[in-house]
Amino acid sequence: MAQELIKGNEAVVKAAIMAGCRSFYGYPITPASEIAEAAARYFHESGGTFLQAESEVGAINMVYGAASCGERTMTASSGPGISLMQEGISYLAGSELPCVIVDIMRGGPGLGNIAPEQADYHQVVKGGGHGSYHTIVLAPNSAQEMCDLTFLAFELADRVRNPAIVLADGFIGQMMEPVEFPDRMVEPDDKPWAVHGDAETRKNLITSIYLSPEDLERHVRHLETKYALETDGIAMCEKYHTGDAEFLVIGYGIVSRVLKTAVDHAREMGIKVGLLRPITLWPFPTVQIAYEANYVKSMLVVELSTGQLVDDVRLAVNGEIPVRFYSRVGGVVPTTDELLTQIIKASEADHVRKVVPAAEESLWGV
Amino acid sequence: MKSEEKEDRGRIDISTEECKGCGLCVEACAPNVMQLSDGFNSRGYHPAVYLGSGCTGCGVCFFACPEPGAITVFTLLSPAKAAEAASLSLATTTL
Amino acid sequence: MYAKSFQRPKSLFGEFSRKSGDHLTTHYCPGCGHGNLHKYIAEAIDELGMQDRTVLVNPVGCSVFAYYYFDVGNIQVPHGRAPAAATAVKRALPDSLVISYQGDGDLAAIGGNEILHCANRGENITVFFVNNAIYGMTGGQMAPTTLLGQRTSTSPTGRQILEEGFPMHVSELLASLEGPSYIERVGLFDNKSRMRARKAVKKGLQNQIEGRGFSLIEVLSPCPTGWGLTPTDACNWVKENLLPVFPLGVIKDVTADRENWNRRRLEVTPERVAEVLGITHATAEKRTATWTDSNVATCYRDPRIKLAGFGGQGVLFLGKLLAEVGMREGFNVSWLPSYGPEMRGGTANCAVNISTLPVGSPLISDPSVLIATNRPSLDKFAPEVVSGGVILYDSSLIDTAPTRDDVEVLAVPATAIADSIGSPKVANIVMLGAYIGLTNVLPKERVVAVIESMTKKKALVELNIKAIDAGIEHASKAHVAEDSWAV
Repeated sequence: MAQELIKGNEAVVKAAIMAGCRSFYGYPITPASEIAEAAARYFHESGGTFLQAESEVGAINMVYGAASCGERTMTASSGPGISLMQEGISYLAGSELPCVIVDIMRGGPGLGNIAPEQADYHQVVKGGGHGSYHTIVLAPNSAQEMCDLTFLAFELADRVRNPAIVLADGFIGQMMEPVEFPDRMVEPDDKPWAVHGDAETRKNLITSIYLSPEDLERHVRHLETKYALETDGIAMCEKYHTGDAEFLVIGYGIVSRVLKTAVDHAREMGIKVGLLRPITLWPFPTVQIAYEANYVKSMLVVELSTGQLVDDVRLAVNGEIPVRFYSRVGGVVPTTDELLTQIIKASEADHVRKVVPAAEESLWGV
Repeated sequence: MKSEEKEDRGRIDISTEECKGCGLCVEACAPNVMQLSDGFNSRGYHPAVYLGSGCTGCGVCFFACPEPGAITVFTLLSPAKAAEAASLSLATTTL
Repeated sequence: MYAKSFQRPKSLFGEFSRKSGDHLTTHYCPGCGHGNLHKYIAEAIDELGMQDRTVLVNPVGCSVFAYYYFDVGNIQVPHGRAPAAATAVKRALPDSLVISYQGDGDLAAIGGNEILHCANRGENITVFFVNNAIYGMTGGQMAPTTLLGQRTSTSPTGRQILEEGFPMHVSELLASLEGPSYIERVGLFDNKSRMRARKAVKKGLQNQIEGRGFSLIEVLSPCPTGWGLTPTDACNWVKENLLPVFPLGVIKDVTADRENWNRRRLEVTPERVAEVLGITHATAEKRTATWTDSNVATCYRDPRIKLAGFGGQGVLFLGKLLAEVGMREGFNVSWLPSYGPEMRGGTANCAVNISTLPVGSPLISDPSVLIATNRPSLDKFAPEVVSGGVILYDSSLIDTAPTRDDVEVLAVPATAIADSIGSPKVANIVMLGAYIGLTNVLPKERVVAVIESMTKKKALVELNIKAIDAGIEHASKAHVAEDSWAV
């Protein structure tokens, strides 16, 4: 298979079309605009639809319409746009409509900036919209995974009949790396529940309204059961040097790439550190992290937010071992040396706790 | 005015239980052959009633009525049409 | 013998089993215009033979439950967003009859943007806009179409110009756009107006079937409950109060000039899709590069390259070129740009890894190679270069050499060289030539092969080759003697 040097943002679009996605509805925003631009180049010529919507609100509701017709459909945006889409995402989940949404995170809150951050974790992983629902969240850390996880996102969205979100940061979207595209095009299965504008599907109804409390409770319980059954076993993470590790660092997206190099350097210095990288953020690799907590002295979570992923790690660890936290925000991405320093500090804290003053540890929050 | 011997050009059926007594059909009826009943239907509305004769089959009551199935309007078929309709089983009622 | 001539349309359910409780009647209040409009739309669908192909987009408002009644494909959508959803439905199902059914709060207030842009695109759909000057479902609050002085639960003393502004004439507003084909305002208050409404409903649907573009029928509809009137008085209120503000009639009709406004997708084969995407499944033998047996000095291997300059100097392209050649040679590579507004006119930089090992961090904070083409870039990044690393800079544009003595420094008068061979635009390629001439990291013929595959113009390829050669020559000279080209 030939490799192509390609931006993560563009790999998403090619993978989506190969996965049978027929329509892209989007609105420009840095650093996700290359996705809409690539979609504009490829969707029409590939027999699909690209439409630049009037807003992210328009875009997500176009996705809602397309998904109602049973076709694979997608949109892409960055934090501010995802915030605007939350209403639609709640409706999509409530109406059990599959779609793929790509979020290329930037700095916030408010207009923030366009540099890479990871502070959309809460609004994407926890569901920023109203009601009891989840979104499937996949977190690539390379251009290849922008392709592979987009492919997977369409499969999971259809399987669960729910929105699936590919959550990446600005660097993963903007970076070019060699990508090997799959050697197959997907012809998605027919969706008998969808509205096709024909006699067979005339009785079909797409809705999220259940007026009576008993009916809505039944629906919400159905969603809950569906999530439990259909997402069982799909939580994924990458483990690197965890076998003999005495402590673990945890991060996703661009942070995991820097952490990996820092772990290599630390290993050269004789520090027994491993890396665990969540690939699915929902469902979260709780079991895998809880398992590792039995074997390591502590964990260090590194994130480009003031602490969002770390909440889920702490829930997984459930107080068994210390979970430390280091962050950079505003678009500042830590250097390898910076994270190496944190790894050294954390490893010393584990072995000779007394010499590390608490104040120093809590500088970035513990 | 219709003569005693002639059949009316139309007639209407009112599904009393589907009527909400809004009276728009009564207001709309040109030959003035509808009114709201003094009695109630099971949901407490005074349903519209047909006075029994004088309907022209014009259909304005049907289009004034907001309920999909409360009013059905019938029109008298010419003898030729009636024969044709009978052969096609289109006619649904006879007087 | 009598025959049924006016009866419940087939496109409405005979029994409303989706509704809880009473399956016989609608949930609408006595005298409400929604029921009339439902009948007229269903009647037209029947007459046009489109029941199976109709997709009704249900709004939020009193008609949220239109799907209780319409025996057609149904989609219920968020408040105000029906035109957006309907757009995508129509694009996905161009042969269907797509109806967006909306009230005044839904369409004119919260969904103002969606309807505006849908109309402007001239989407080949039909919109029914029920205007009763009030929010019915939520209990009679003010709508954009509420009349001046009209009392509602959120304008208890009557709508005031200086508080809430004027009633919005949505149809006139939309008709001022070029996109819509047909816009008519009708009413439901007497026999004549109802018959006119039936005709407009049918025309609005017929237009779509004929591919004539966007049609919107505004319907002035009685809301006896919301207005606190009897059904008969509500009809009179429409006539006496709404009509003077919202006059009936065709507001825009260019349907005669509009054909083929239905958007259809291209029919393509999977092979064509692969071609469009440029996906080649030729099983080219995958190369795996190693440094062993190469003539590359250890200090130049697995370079972490920072390229920086003014936007427009081609440093981002140069980085991509290096990564592309590296990839084709079988190395692991990454290219990471600084991105955003600074790309436009400001400084631009990118980081390129070319490595025999998988690339960990694509970020480079400790480059082993710096290629700088302007002074700010050299000043900023020279201190970051690792001891023993390499700095190449365009000495045509930078008059001060870096002060570091622990790195190898090569001054390349790239702009002057490029100018002398034909164009200052290939200064970046001269830098590339100097880099590979100095380090041998990538073979010249492979670089040329990539340039040939990326560039269609033969003259440009030749110019680029000249630039590479000039760069290589400069590097080899500089290796033996102090740089004599420096400006």
